[in-house]
Amino acid sequence: MAAAKKEPFIRLAKRDVMPVGKKIAVRLISLAIALIVCGLLIFSITGINPLEVYSTMIKGAFGTKTRVWATVKEMMMLACIAIGLAPAFKMRFWNIGAEGQVLIGGIVTAGCMIYLKPLPPVLLFAIMFVGSAIAGALWGLLPAIFKAKYNTNETLFTLMMNYVAIQLTSFFVAKWENPFGSNTVGIINQNGQEGWFPAVFGSRYFISVVLVLLLAVLMFVYLKYTKHGYEISVVGESENTARYAGISVGWVVIRTMLVSGALCGLAGFMAVAGASHTISTSTAGGRGFTAIIVAWLAKFDSATMLLISLLLAFLQSGAGEIASKCKLNSYASEMITGIILFFILGSEFFINFRVIMRGKKEKEEN
Amino acid sequence: MSEAVISLSNVTKSFGEVLANDNVSMDIYKGEILSLLGENGSGKTTLMNMLSGIYYPDSGEIKVNGKTVNIRDPKDAFACGIGMVHQHFKLVDVFTAAENVVVGIKQKGHFDLRSVAAGIREICDKYGFVMDPDKKVYDMSVSEKQTLEIIKVIYRGADILILDEPTAVLTPQETEKLFSVIRNMKKDGKTVVIITHKLHEVLSISDRVAILRKGAYIDAVATKDATEESLTEMMVGEKVELNIERPEVKDKKLRLKVEHLSCYNADGVKMLDDVNFEAFSGEILGIAGVSGNGQKELLESVAGLQNTMPGASIEYYSPEDEKSRELIGLTPRKIRELGVHLSFVPEDRLGMGLVGSMGMSENMMLKDYSEGNSIFTDKQKPKELAEQILKELKVVTPGISTPVRRLSGGNVQKVLVGREIAASPAVLMTAYAVRGLDINTSYTIYRLLNEQKTSGVAVIYVGEDLDVLMELCDRILVLCGGRVSGILDGKSAKKEDIGRLMTTYGGGKENK
Amino acid sequence: MEGFISLFQAAVFFGTVIMFGCVGEIITEKAGNLNLGVPGIMYLGGISSLVAVFLYEGSTQNPSPVICVILALAASFIGAALGGLIYAFLTISLRANQNVTGLALSIFGSGVANFFGGSLNTLAGRFEQIAVPVTSAAFRSNISVLADLGVVGKLFFSYGFMVYLAIILALVVNYFLHHTAAGLDLRTVGENPQAADAAGINVTLNKYLAICIGAGICGFGGAYYVMDYIKGTWANDGSIEKLGWLAVALVIFATWKAKNAIWGAYLFGVLYWMYLYIPGLTRASQEIFKMLPYVVTIIVLVVTSLTNSREKQPPAALGQAYFREDR
Repeated sequence: MAAAKKEPFIRLAKRDVMPVGKKIAVRLISLAIALIVCGLLIFSITGINPLEVYSTMIKGAFGTKTRVWATVKEMMMLACIAIGLAPAFKMRFWNIGAEGQVLIGGIVTAGCMIYLKPLPPVLLFAIMFVGSAIAGALWGLLPAIFKAKYNTNETLFTLMMNYVAIQLTSFFVAKWENPFGSNTVGIINQNGQEGWFPAVFGSRYFISVVLVLLLAVLMFVYLKYTKHGYEISVVGESENTARYAGISVGWVVIRTMLVSGALCGLAGFMAVAGASHTISTSTAGGRGFTAIIVAWLAKFDSATMLLISLLLAFLQSGAGEIASKCKLNSYASEMITGIILFFILGSEFFINFRVIMRGKKEKEEN
Repeated sequence: MSEAVISLSNVTKSFGEVLANDNVSMDIYKGEILSLLGENGSGKTTLMNMLSGIYYPDSGEIKVNGKTVNIRDPKDAFACGIGMVHQHFKLVDVFTAAENVVVGIKQKGHFDLRSVAAGIREICDKYGFVMDPDKKVYDMSVSEKQTLEIIKVIYRGADILILDEPTAVLTPQETEKLFSVIRNMKKDGKTVVIITHKLHEVLSISDRVAILRKGAYIDAVATKDATEESLTEMMVGEKVELNIERPEVKDKKLRLKVEHLSCYNADGVKMLDDVNFEAFSGEILGIAGVSGNGQKELLESVAGLQNTMPGASIEYYSPEDEKSRELIGLTPRKIRELGVHLSFVPEDRLGMGLVGSMGMSENMMLKDYSEGNSIFTDKQKPKELAEQILKELKVVTPGISTPVRRLSGGNVQKVLVGREIAASPAVLMTAYAVRGLDINTSYTIYRLLNEQKTSGVAVIYVGEDLDVLMELCDRILVLCGGRVSGILDGKSAKKEDIGRLMTTYGGGKENK
Repeated sequence: MEGFISLFQAAVFFGTVIMFGCVGEIITEKAGNLNLGVPGIMYLGGISSLVAVFLYEGSTQNPSPVICVILALAASFIGAALGGLIYAFLTISLRANQNVTGLALSIFGSGVANFFGGSLNTLAGRFEQIAVPVTSAAFRSNISVLADLGVVGKLFFSYGFMVYLAIILALVVNYFLHHTAAGLDLRTVGENPQAADAAGINVTLNKYLAICIGAGICGFGGAYYVMDYIKGTWANDGSIEKLGWLAVALVIFATWKAKNAIWGAYLFGVLYWMYLYIPGLTRASQEIFKMLPYVVTIIVLVVTSLTNSREKQPPAALGQAYFREDR
């Protein structure tokens, strides 16, 4: 009989609003716990003491100028895709297809580098820039059209488009194979460096950095201050409200996916022309998926997206260093990234809910 | 009277900063029909949800049959013999009636839906229900769904039934049928609690009335000692003039003429069937009908949000030049661009009329944000409008940038109605404009609508409370099955006539 | 004929991996949770079974095939279910977004699996190629009497036991979901958690169980892939990930019915391997042919969105977190 039962052990209640300072504190605490857990994990596998783990990681990520640039390059790639995804996700359009959109942008860039080598550099860059953006946009357009017209589930549509893009990449890799039989494209234009981003202030990645920062600012303004941005917010909140307000929902979905796809295509352009100078199925390297989480956690705010990208890039470079030091493989960074994402995702709970323990009036967690 | 089957003492529950129930102590007696009366937001449902295990009290004690109990979830509630029929039905659309009834019950032996069906028929015979155990919920009418919910609760052996606003979606005739079932249950020894805010129902069905106001328990009285006036006073805390004004306006002009309007919904069901009517300036045209009989589609067709069948015509007569404009086939944006002054307060306030996550200020520009050639939105004008509405309608909010989702229902409606009126409409359409609002806010809305009417606006008022429709509206159009079954004069209309038309398809001229 | 038989066999091998994933994901989705972590979970299942039997086979002179099989299955189920548990805790108890959590789980699972897959030798202090010959042989052994029955034997009896286990599991899950009281309760949780709660069903418990058991079944897919499909070794080529996503797609193809997953999985297999049996393809154009299963999934997606059948829709509350006191 219920009479004998005790009050529930833990109960939840929704919070109204948490002050900004406290919100940041919750997230920092969760991050700190995540880092401690990762440190212990690495310790248990490798036996390196956790403090040393982090100093090794910092050295790995920021130890030399080259490493700093490598980390920054990784951060910019991730941030660029996240910035591209932001408008789509703000519209609640689950664009899981960034991976494919990046690859398509990369294919077009690589194609330009191979076939349009003799063009003057400015023209070549212009074509690569525009071409990769258009390719990414078209890749995003297809699921958007079906979503707008028939309400086809975009999550799985864009997901499948990734694999279509991967097969397409494999096709071009086989076509552009160099040297023959290697099943890779090799470094494109190794001698003349046609279509490579030139070095500015001593780094080839400088242009990428400027480009991504510019995109970050533009996206911030676009979402916050323009009519398009307003439409995206309304559609994301409720399609009925959007229709009521006279917004053409289908058109906004299509237009926003064109923007989103185009920016992801540009990320592919940066990856090929600005960094690897080759194309393979791992050109996107799972960043299309990671960037979704970056955009989501940042609530589509440009500055936060940059910060989270930096954190993840740091983890990757750092974990790579540890792996090579202990002759382990570099997938350790994915494992650590996963753990940290779990903690940050979980921490949102403490921002939205209050936990009430049995027998106590109310207990504030964190 | 007899002994208390449930007794609450000092029960308190809050949601965030909102205190929903404040130290409530009350008794429910065995075998009675108790009305739990209170305004919207007075905490009736919250209180009963603590008996049905949906909410857990912050503090206080609940006794069932004299024993202290802890009702942590609905299972505990069933064990105490308490069953609740919620206002929002808790049914699975793709399941049959029998599947919905048996769900969650640990059956002995193997899974057998036939014995469940037999059990359902037995309950139906005993209390006078009609229900096909194999019918899918998505094929059911609202009143069938409610019947199923009641059967579900009885099947689980509940002795204490709590019904939350059971008549909100029923016609007067269906309400009578429900009441006779409730009386049968009382004869059978069951205890019934009805949550309601409709006074005449309280007086006709219950033995006793318990009143809540702003989360606090006020008093309980025997129904035979109560009048509508005394109950209202206890409910609101002050004397309230219950009359709604109906000012006379001379010189009415045609504003809207709807002819042969038909449309289908996404499932291919005909929602409007050859609807014809006119709306005039200086009058309030009421639209009555059981909810889901085409009201929503009718307003949305005029607003440009529905695909209508060919042959329909919706003509708008502009107050400026008295010329007519055809609205059929136009999008809401096009309608605005034609210079049509049409305002629309939809039924779903946060899901259609407003953006819940945005503040008052950003919501003000929802319909005209696109004006002007700049690619940027103008933030200044909406801000001023928001501040003006905040002041004039006394909206309670921490600030004009607080997401409107966090405001109370009444304040949300003030924001929405305020914006729609600020657009100085020639035609103002409202759907269930006072649903869920407390009495004072409801009267504010009636006052605003009357102000619009006297200033020459054609007001269309879709309502569910027939008493209000009869007091407020100049003419009442009754919809049934998507057809106009009659248009009555507001002053002379009788409730029974409206009720009959609500269930007579096409006014009885032809049968479906 | 030879070509047909080998295509059929390849399709069965391929289909079995995604059938496990699909059946597991159907249970999860029927409880109202869209778990995009299937690839990660399959990775976890695969690596757990590999690590377990690698350690076992390395620790004894004469490993018993029966113990190997039991160990591999148990380890894959537990490893995958633990992955499911992380997802369940985050999405059910902490109400994190399901899609994002699923993606994080995919990253995590692939990281863990490839990390250990690539470092197992170093960590175990052994330097030979990873191989678990006894277990792999046990997984791949068939009943030779039946397998030798000519064409019929080749088509239907030439496989390891996991192929048949997948079919049986799909049928059992189908029966459970549609013909038992507990299945009805579980479907209620996925369709309308409020209704389930009001009916006295423990929503949280049902979701946890469905997700963890569903994940465990996905894990079998990983184990089958490692032990049978690639014959007891490890490959860092991202194949499991690809298969995991196909399993998610198959759920839609099967319209959330486990019995449809059986033929759907084999059909995907046929589409995937078709290129090998089409004459005159270059290596480049083969890659284009490998798009087929994905393209077909897209077409199925579009077609199902065009038809508005009430019975073919996803669970109504799929993707939504449930909080009883939500107002």
